[in-house]
Amino acid sequence: MKASDEERRNDAVIIRTEGLTKHYVLGAETVRAVRQIDLTIERGEFVAIMGPSGSGKSTFMNMIGCLDTPTAGKYWLNGQLVSDLSDDQLARVRNREIGFVFQTFNLLPRATALHNVELPLIYAGVGSKERRRRAEEKLELVGLADRMDHKPPEMSGGQRQRVAVARALVNEPALLLADEPTGNLDSVTSEEIMAQMETLNENGQTIVLVTHEHDIAAHARRQVHLKDGLVEQDFLNEPVETSA
Amino acid sequence: MLLFEIVMVAMGAVRANVLRSVLTTLGIVIGIAAVITMVALGEGAQQRVQEEINRMGTTILTIRPGQQMWGGVSRGDAQLSVEDAIALRAGSDGLLKVSPEQQSRMQVTYGRYNSNTQIMGVWPEYFEMYDHQLEAGRFFDQGEVQGRRRVAVLGYNVPETLGGTPPELLVGSTVQIRGIIFEVVGILEEKGDAAWIRPDDQIFIPQSTAQYRVMGGRDRLNSIYASTETPEELDQAFAAIDGIMRREHRIRVGEDADFNIRNSADLLETRNEANQTFALLLAGIAAISLIVGGIGIMNIMLVSVTERTREIGVRKALGATKRAIMTQFLVEALFLCTLGGLLGVAAGYGASELVTRMAEWDTSVAPEAVFTAIGFSAAVGLFFGLWPARRAAMLDPIDALRYE
Ligand SMILES: Nc1ncnc2c1ncn2[C@@H]1O[C@H](COP(=O)(O)OP(=O)(O)OP(=O)(O)O)[C@@H](O)[C@H]1O
Ligand SMILES: [Mg+2]
Repeated sequence: MKASDEERRNDAVIIRTEGLTKHYVLGAETVRAVRQIDLTIERGEFVAIMGPSGSGKSTFMNMIGCLDTPTAGKYWLNGQLVSDLSDDQLARVRNREIGFVFQTFNLLPRATALHNVELPLIYAGVGSKERRRRAEEKLELVGLADRMDHKPPEMSGGQRQRVAVARALVNEPALLLADEPTGNLDSVTSEEIMAQMETLNENGQTIVLVTHEHDIAAHARRQVHLKDGLVEQDFLNEPVETSA
Repeated sequence: MLLFEIVMVAMGAVRANVLRSVLTTLGIVIGIAAVITMVALGEGAQQRVQEEINRMGTTILTIRPGQQMWGGVSRGDAQLSVEDAIALRAGSDGLLKVSPEQQSRMQVTYGRYNSNTQIMGVWPEYFEMYDHQLEAGRFFDQGEVQGRRRVAVLGYNVPETLGGTPPELLVGSTVQIRGIIFEVVGILEEKGDAAWIRPDDQIFIPQSTAQYRVMGGRDRLNSIYASTETPEELDQAFAAIDGIMRREHRIRVGEDADFNIRNSADLLETRNEANQTFALLLAGIAAISLIVGGIGIMNIMLVSVTERTREIGVRKALGATKRAIMTQFLVEALFLCTLGGLLGVAAGYGASELVTRMAEWDTSVAPEAVFTAIGFSAAVGLFFGLWPARRAAMLDPIDALRYE
């Protein structure tokens, strides 16, 4: 049947953008950070978004992460049109559907790793026992079982980013977004974080990652290249490349 | 659930800056301390006035001589006479108990002891009106007034000034008032002071005896007291007294009376005015401190919001709604102010305690005042915390995350 057919197709799609656009008006000048991006990402994909500096990668990521609203165009997340939701509705979507990993970690410096990971659950209204259990589980998953009560300033960059990954995963989001997650890390630590991401993806986690390093992008299965706010290339990584 | 977490976060923020928080709340502390002190002083004064009114008698009207007027010109002090008192007693159809009062300080001798004591010439009704009780002996009666008998009832403290003789022994013995021998028939129970009236230090004798035997025929009364059964009858009594006195003094309707009728509250009024001025001053201090304190809170909250812009960005990225952020900062302001309120209550309590000790001015900190004060400081927190909290809530998540 046609309806169920479409339903099934929609079900497989997690991100769909149509003419997604973001302009910044600075005085007389208009910066076209993102221009008309049409992109579809399916559940379980691992996409690397690449491109030179200023090509609009972060702007695009912020829009699909519901942190920023587009100037024009449409965006469906999980079949829901989110491009015209209110601020508080977007907050709820960020809380339930999206896990964000930032280049600069963005942890609360005065809170313990455990509390940092619990934060999304607090805003989801999860009870304290359940919260603690789930936060501990994710910290164990990223290999930080013995650092739960440490605060970010007492941890290395790699450890901090792993706390951030645990925090992004704790509410079981449909989508994990990472904007240059290895940008502040050395190459060994970067590999560790990327190995973690690969494992997550193998277990079914949809991941979209921004990077401008080919080594990092190689861990993904698909690459989308942006240039001047437009999609320049969109291709699948060679299986050989992935395992190399 | 969420609210609890938000409160914890807000308290954590206050705790992270203890010194700054305490200094910030200083304005609130002073304001609330002033409020508490003000209320405590006012309440104390109120209680004292009420006690004094009770002691002076809630049903007693005092009639004093006023100015005698003749065609708008004063012709000197008017007089009250025993005839006025008799007319009042006779003319009020049992509504009033009446007693004249004629007083003078005099030398009192008992054996080898001497004292200078206030002698009160009154009628037996006087004891009923002021609800005096006997420690020993009896009151004098109407017959003894008629007979100008030399009998005396002593105030509670008088035996002490006369060599400390036990009351039982004193009753039946004689004292000399201005050299005239009186029989002590009774000793009163302790009464306490009421304003300038100190019955415990006075000696009571029949008014007629005072007029003809002790005060050399002086017929001027100091005052006449009249009392009713219940306070509700006071208005009626007032009208009755006014009518009778005008008739006695031949004052026409519309002319100024040459006497004053006052109740106990009126008599104490002047002293209350001083208290009220002081209370007003404290209220001014309280209001200004609370406003200044509130602005201080607003200032520190704006600083806090700016300092934590990134934190706000992170919280928003993780799903905090506007309301959650707003609540967090409001609770922080509320917490600061309530803390200040509590400190202020403590300081105000201390201050009123100090006033009680130093100035011997009764104070009492009413529990309602404490709750009101804390409620008030919370309201200040809400009012002055609203704008900073709104600013935090309205921050754009991307801008906040980018903030350096
Ligand atoms: N808030 C803003 N106001 C004005 N212009 C902006 C703003 N944010 C981004 N831009 C502009 O939009 C364009 C795209 O920026 P964006 O941050 O998306 O690039 P990027 O691809 O992430 O670059 P990088 O690799 O350096 O992170 C840039 O030209 C940038 O100057
Ligand atoms: Mg970027």
